[in-house]
Amino acid sequence: MHNQTVAQLAQGLRDKAFSSVELTQAYLQRISEHDATFNAFITVDEDSALATARTADLRLASGDADALTGIPVAHKDIFCTEGLRTSCGSKMLDNFVPPYNATVIKRFNEAGAVMLGKTNLDEFAMGSSNENSYYGAVKNPWNPDLVPGGSSGGSAAAVAARMAPAATGTDTGGSIRQPAAFCGITGLKPTYGRVSRLGMIAYASSLDQGGPLARTAEDCALLLNVMAGHDPLDSTSSDTPVEDYTAALGDRLEGLRIGLPREYFGDGLDGATGTCIQAALKELEAQGAELVDISLPSSSLTIPAYYIIAPAEASTNLSRFDGVRYGHRCEDPADLHDLYTRTREEGFGDEVKRRILVGTYALSAGYYDAYYKKAQQARRLISNDFRLALEQVDVIAGPTTPGPAFALGAKSDDPVAMYLEDVYTLAVNLAGLPGMSVPAGLADGKPVGLQLIGRHFAEARLLNVAHRFQQATDWHTLSPATGGAA
Amino acid sequence: MQWETVIGLEVHLQLATQSKIFSGSPIAFGAEPNTQASAVDLAMPGMLPVLNAEAVRMAVMFGLGIDAEIGMRSVFDRKNYFYPDLPKGYQISQFSDPIVGKGEFEIQLEDGSTRQIGITRAHLEEDAGKSLHEDFHGMTGIDLNRAGTPLLEIVSEPDIRSAAEAVAYLKALHSLVTYLGISDGNMAEGSMRCDINISLRPQGQAEYGTRAEIKNVNSFRFVERAIRHEVERQSDILEDGGKVVQETRLYDADRDETRPMRSKEVANDYRYFPEPDLLPIVIDEAYVAAIRDTLPELPTAKRHRFMDQYGLSAYDANVLADSRELADYYETVVSACGDAKIAANWVQVELLGQLNKAELAINASPVSATDLGGLIVRILDNSISGKIAKQVFEAMWQGEGSADEVIDARGLKQVSDSGALEAMVDDVIANNSAQVEQYLAADEGKRKKLVGFFVGQVMKVSKGQANPQMVNQLLAKKLG
Repeated sequence: MHNQTVAQLAQGLRDKAFSSVELTQAYLQRISEHDATFNAFITVDEDSALATARTADLRLASGDADALTGIPVAHKDIFCTEGLRTSCGSKMLDNFVPPYNATVIKRFNEAGAVMLGKTNLDEFAMGSSNENSYYGAVKNPWNPDLVPGGSSGGSAAAVAARMAPAATGTDTGGSIRQPAAFCGITGLKPTYGRVSRLGMIAYASSLDQGGPLARTAEDCALLLNVMAGHDPLDSTSSDTPVEDYTAALGDRLEGLRIGLPREYFGDGLDGATGTCIQAALKELEAQGAELVDISLPSSSLTIPAYYIIAPAEASTNLSRFDGVRYGHRCEDPADLHDLYTRTREEGFGDEVKRRILVGTYALSAGYYDAYYKKAQQARRLISNDFRLALEQVDVIAGPTTPGPAFALGAKSDDPVAMYLEDVYTLAVNLAGLPGMSVPAGLADGKPVGLQLIGRHFAEARLLNVAHRFQQATDWHTLSPATGGAA
Repeated sequence: MQWETVIGLEVHLQLATQSKIFSGSPIAFGAEPNTQASAVDLAMPGMLPVLNAEAVRMAVMFGLGIDAEIGMRSVFDRKNYFYPDLPKGYQISQFSDPIVGKGEFEIQLEDGSTRQIGITRAHLEEDAGKSLHEDFHGMTGIDLNRAGTPLLEIVSEPDIRSAAEAVAYLKALHSLVTYLGISDGNMAEGSMRCDINISLRPQGQAEYGTRAEIKNVNSFRFVERAIRHEVERQSDILEDGGKVVQETRLYDADRDETRPMRSKEVANDYRYFPEPDLLPIVIDEAYVAAIRDTLPELPTAKRHRFMDQYGLSAYDANVLADSRELADYYETVVSACGDAKIAANWVQVELLGQLNKAELAINASPVSATDLGGLIVRILDNSISGKIAKQVFEAMWQGEGSADEVIDARGLKQVSDSGALEAMVDDVIANNSAQVEQYLAADEGKRKKLVGFFVGQVMKVSKGQANPQMVNQLLAKKLG
């Protein structure tokens, strides 16, 4: 059962091959057997999951079921869940039980999906390896000595290890696509504004976007159908109409123009990874797509711009964690200053502190023009590159990451090396575009992700390309448990 | 040396919206602590602001009311600082692109003269909560009911030159915003709070002196006192050859002094940057025009019209145009009685006198404008004298009915029947022979004074109801 896709499981539920309760029990069983190894979950709520599954079975029996009714899903522990601890991977929120649901959670609940639990992440979504969690590192299901990527590492590992058929994640600079690539699954970061951010704990407000992680593009489409849509309570959410993202999955790729940015295939790209990507591109070409060399000349500005803008926003987004109203508070504060400093000293981990410091510095009087303002100018140049490129081509393709998953601890003492992991993914967030990572082979036995980037609100197109690719390849079906065999 | 005082005011005006600027919480005054604070107001994780369109409409109304440039694209910024009553650790405000740009409006001083005061800008922002230091031994209570209340911060140019002008400015501002209906302007409840920037310079010098800022002064009277005190403090320093330090001070009403705020209370680097959770406010000409169509006649225009149309003095026009309700009341009286000047007197002296004594607002007046007009009609048509009219007004105030009802019920109608008056005059002359002799012996000048005695006697006999003009005529005739 656990090797089936969401689409297959949904069919099974409708065919009464199994009930949602049976399905949920099977996944809870997988979690209890395997999560001690991978540490993908922070919180598992069995009782609530089974209760939801029972309700889902009633809906299924009455014929009043949606596509995801009864389907177990794991949620990144950044989405607030009413009555269930939402930690954001931080000691700061270890005791925080929200009295409300994130809009994304609400939408899954309304669809009748079953929440298995909350998945591990880099603290406040800051990280590329999932080593920055208060709840410990997540291990890559392909090899527990490797990182799963971050920050949605728990979600990616849960899906890869077949502990959940699908999961939600968030992506501020690659946090869905990079772990999807490292764990050999499919992940989609939608257009900025496509999925509501309400109740999704903010890291960098102008970059954060929720999206699905699953085994296939078709499953991602099913999840996006639930997640996408305008939310009047999120002023940055778009009222662009939502499509049925499954409708065009099978469209043929003849005549599709795929742009290959030369900046994404240069130095720094791991050889074996590059080979996988080239092979994947050949497959798309074989299906009738036209490969076009393009340039994104401002690419070199991406990392500096991102690592100013994101920490700047984060530094103020995280000001609310002050020990006054909720979350961690230091013992016996002597005065207000002591309350603030000790609470935040104790509550935040190193990477979070580093980004708060960088961001505070960048916004400070006398530095604002040199850093924040410059970074915004760079962001406009980067956006402009993509706009021009996407006038020539329909989709941009390249590697999701410079190389496959690295060993735990390999980069944790070198923040800049870690930041370079996101070199191909960050720009997509800066430009607000949709991006996907699709399994595209193994490099030395480790999964490689093909990144697809589209025009604003062209999620359906990306899913279509990914689906056609998956119809012709079996990389997405490989299971880490069987050492890469399907 | 002669020092010139230079004052600029920053007024935080609470807008009279139904709900907060970025959440749906109500903003009623005086609720139990933290009962009007939602997850957004508490800055719970993942919560996002949603702009209240009504606050934007009110800000634009204000801008139009002072003939200001309207920011067609204005931007919210985060103003970052830590304080327990600031739940997000930043205030959402507007920094570089405010909704209202440069404007100006006219203020009127006690002596009736007017001045134009420039407005630098006005921007939308959210209020903070309140820290409650009493009742929590060794601790501080936080009430977030006020957090997120919409404020319009109105910044004046340094055009104000005295405490009296500052108060006149605030009164004019109060009048304008209540006319527009965008705020109740209630200073006691904090709907209008004032920061005063104040500096001195030698008379005739062009550049400004070093200023001190006095925070959060919350009544017209305190503004006046704080300024007088601060002017004295600064001139003492300057006279002694010292230098004024640029700093933020607090006015302590109990001690009637200003003192520097503790450095902790003054944040210096707010790290402003555009609020990524909100889109810029973009409005178009049609939106502005639609709001312009809803603007009522504003105090300055009304004041000028009262002077032109009704021949009122600047002072009277200023008093009567102070609030829309009072002006409407006055104009109803005028149209009911047809005499603008007598109406102005009655409204200002009798009516406002009684209202002030009873601490009633004009809307709560027991005497309606139509009824007051009816009373004046009876003075004008000689049914009653001015003196009797005051009695009638008293009775009307007590709820005894309209002027005519009171006059009828109490039999106060003026006696203008010449036969009856003649009989009274004859009686008075017959009963006061000594005074009659005195009168006859007196010269023209003294006679004028002495006739008053006889008029008084007739009024006494008539219980004040005799028509005084007719009595005068009769006495002149009878006494020769």
